[in-house]
Amino acid sequence: MAPYTPHTLPPPFTPFPSTSNASGEPPQPALLPASAPLPPPRLVTQGAESLLFRTAFLTLDTACALKYRPAKAYRHAALDRRLTKARLLAEARSLVKCRREGVRVPAVLGADWVAGWLAMEWIPGLTIRACLDHFLHQHHHDISSSSAPATADPNPEHSAALWGLMARVGRAVGRLHEIGVVHGDLTTSNLMIRPPPPATTIPAGLEPSDESGERISAATGARKTDEETIVAAEESEDDFDATALLQHGTVWLIDFGLAAQTPQDEDRAVDLYVLERAFGSTHPAAEELFQEVLRVYGESYKGAKTALRRLEDVRARGRKRSMIG
Amino acid sequence: MTSIQTLRLPHLPQENPIFAACFVGVQNAAFLRQQLLQGNSEYEYAFLDATTILSVNHLLAAVFRAVNDMLYGRLKSRNVHSEIVYCLSPNNNIAESFRRFGITESTTALLAVKVGMASHPNITAESVVAHLNSAVQGQPVSFNNDELQSLTDLDKLRKFYKLEGPKPQPKRPARQIATNGAQDSLETSAESRLEMECTILGLMALRGS
Ligand SMILES: Nc1ncnc2c1ncn2[C@@H]1O[C@H](COP(=O)(O)OP(=O)(O)OP(=O)(O)O)[C@@H](O)[C@H]1O
Ligand SMILES: [Mg+2]
Repeated sequence: MAPYTPHTLPPPFTPFPSTSNASGEPPQPALLPASAPLPPPRLVTQGAESLLFRTAFLTLDTACALKYRPAKAYRHAALDRRLTKARLLAEARSLVKCRREGVRVPAVLGADWVAGWLAMEWIPGLTIRACLDHFLHQHHHDISSSSAPATADPNPEHSAALWGLMARVGRAVGRLHEIGVVHGDLTTSNLMIRPPPPATTIPAGLEPSDESGERISAATGARKTDEETIVAAEESEDDFDATALLQHGTVWLIDFGLAAQTPQDEDRAVDLYVLERAFGSTHPAAEELFQEVLRVYGESYKGAKTALRRLEDVRARGRKRSMIG
Repeated sequence: MTSIQTLRLPHLPQENPIFAACFVGVQNAAFLRQQLLQGNSEYEYAFLDATTILSVNHLLAAVFRAVNDMLYGRLKSRNVHSEIVYCLSPNNNIAESFRRFGITESTTALLAVKVGMASHPNITAESVVAHLNSAVQGQPVSFNNDELQSLTDLDKLRKFYKLEGPKPQPKRPARQIATNGAQDSLETSAESRLEMECTILGLMALRGS
């Protein structure tokens, strides 16, 4: 993981100088015994425009994805502030709109467009990209030893899991487009699979009560197990079973940095095209599997069929471009 | 005995602990409100109508923004305590935010919040409890999600944040229900409360944007 220096974090996430020192007065005694120090935010990824950290927000057991857009030294300062604000707010507004209309995206917990940060609900689980990588690695022999498509996967459960996931992806993208939002960067890294809430995997009547090991964590919109709610207990990719996630996980859309709320069929079709290309590079039987995404997408809202027709134009243009380029 | 909570928000300075105490059956809301209007420095609190608070995190999100704006010199109202009230609002109307989320003459469920300051080291949980016990005529209750659950006026919150009532799930073809499984809808009332919190926190964060 790339190292980071404190200045890659915005205030107040960098230790804030004590107020007494800032005003030049002698330091005051601490009011109350200091609580256990918070582990510093952990850098998850570093993109071209933004850094993504995992940390706690509001309470120690509310895990948060903190997206920070640092100032760009090469841009004029006033212009840079305007751009940072515009992008951050475009992302936050799309997330809030989606969430209130029931599309699965991280909740917005807080934002400061002057400092350049956006605090979102942390989605436990794996990106679809990571999940498919793990899955294909685990079941390497199942799929690549035969040239047959995934439907002929010797393990019918695995093939059913893949088809089921495709259906859930199609549905998720359909819901997004239905409410008039286009994503703008719909890759397999920007789709996540979250473990289902325990209640839905346990037969009715056998759920643990709230006292016995399960509780509801505020601001996450989901029931969580105790282990999941302790932020200090870090999460790693190995904590998740890729096969179980494929079978039972829910699909969440993330990274709305390029999203727009003025959708044309063209933009919707481009979303689908970008996703098709992204899947194409992650799975040997992608082309066939992606038909399932499109099938479910096509049935998911009223304008879906027009967007699908437009997809054919976008594909044709894409082929032409790749022949020239 | 008043039960007071001392809350330390991750990332905010140690010098700024948050003290929160909740009362029901409050008899002297008009008097308390009057102290705020007169700027009585003994009464530097965010006095909130607890029926407008959905959850602990709902309050904490407003506190975080207010303290953050205080630290960086961006308060829009008189002080960090009035700013907490304002930060609950989804819009820029400060007076309206006081009317909606702040104590009114008819308030009976009160949430009193105070921010500790390095410049006032004598403000502690004990001093706040002592003052509130003498100032508030009402029964102290714990400040937690269980207690709030019985106090919150959800209809009022839906109105303030322009939220729609619980929408009936659109009918889906049977085939799709099968592919999506039972996980597709977040249904129970605890869950719908959490969904409401998710939306409200987002609307509060966007205020002024
Ligand atoms: N809410 C979240 N919960 C869990 N993990 C997340 C969340 N948001 C982002 N991540 C992880 O961090 C990675 C990067 O986040 P994101 O895609 O939002 O940033 P980015 O691609 O760098 O953004 P941009 O394109 O706007 O610069 C994701 O692929 C995912 O692994
Ligand atoms: Mg991304």
